[in-house]
Amino acid sequence: MPRPIDRDEVRRLVDGGAQIVDVLPANEYESDHLPGAINMPLRRLEEEARSALDRGRPVVVYCSDSA
Amino acid sequence: MFDYEDGKLDWLAAGLPSEGTNAQRPRAGDIARKDVPTCRLDERLGDVRDRARWAGWDACVVLNEERVVFGLLRSKELEASPDLRIEEAMRPGPSTFRPFVSIEEITAFMMEHDLESSPITTSDGRLVGLLLREDAAEASLDLHERERHSDGGQT
Repeated sequence: MPRPIDRDEVRRLVDGGAQIVDVLPANEYESDHLPGAINMPLRRLEEEARSALDRGRPVVVYCSDSA
Repeated sequence: MFDYEDGKLDWLAAGLPSEGTNAQRPRAGDIARKDVPTCRLDERLGDVRDRARWAGWDACVVLNEERVVFGLLRSKELEASPDLRIEEAMRPGPSTFRPFVSIEEITAFMMEHDLESSPITTSDGRLVGLLLREDAAEASLDLHERERHSDGGQT
């Protein structure tokens, strides 16, 4: 189960080398995403995570908001 | 694995940098003036007016100790009796916008509602800067011209 974190922790983790994943649809990702984020829409996350992510580094996922 | 629950909107509302096609277009936080004078609720209007005008401004944003916006003094409010306290003179609870709002959207709103200026704040109400209507209109026009030229003049 992913651990919830806030904005400051995102910045600390990313500064420390964490991977950041935007799970929104591609068109939303293209409009705006966090610096360095890669796009893995939710429905493809499980399928793509294994090949696209480095297991040795923390992963931060986000979508639009908490709703 | 970590879940940034508040998500992209929280990040953008804090005025933090982003990437993508929207990041290339000017937004409210980019155009807002960061050097706007600020004051506290308990100050004297005359002192604040003098300070603002000496800095070349005809506006001042009212903040608390944590830089949360409480009110706004535009040219009209600054003309009131100099012995008033800011709390009495200010326009409380002004319309504010998040830094990520597009410049076209905010320009249209300011024109429609005849706003000289609007504070730009983070999602927790902290001041980012003051957006002046003339700056917003100029940025919106520049953007329109750039996009028109990049289309080869086609409309």
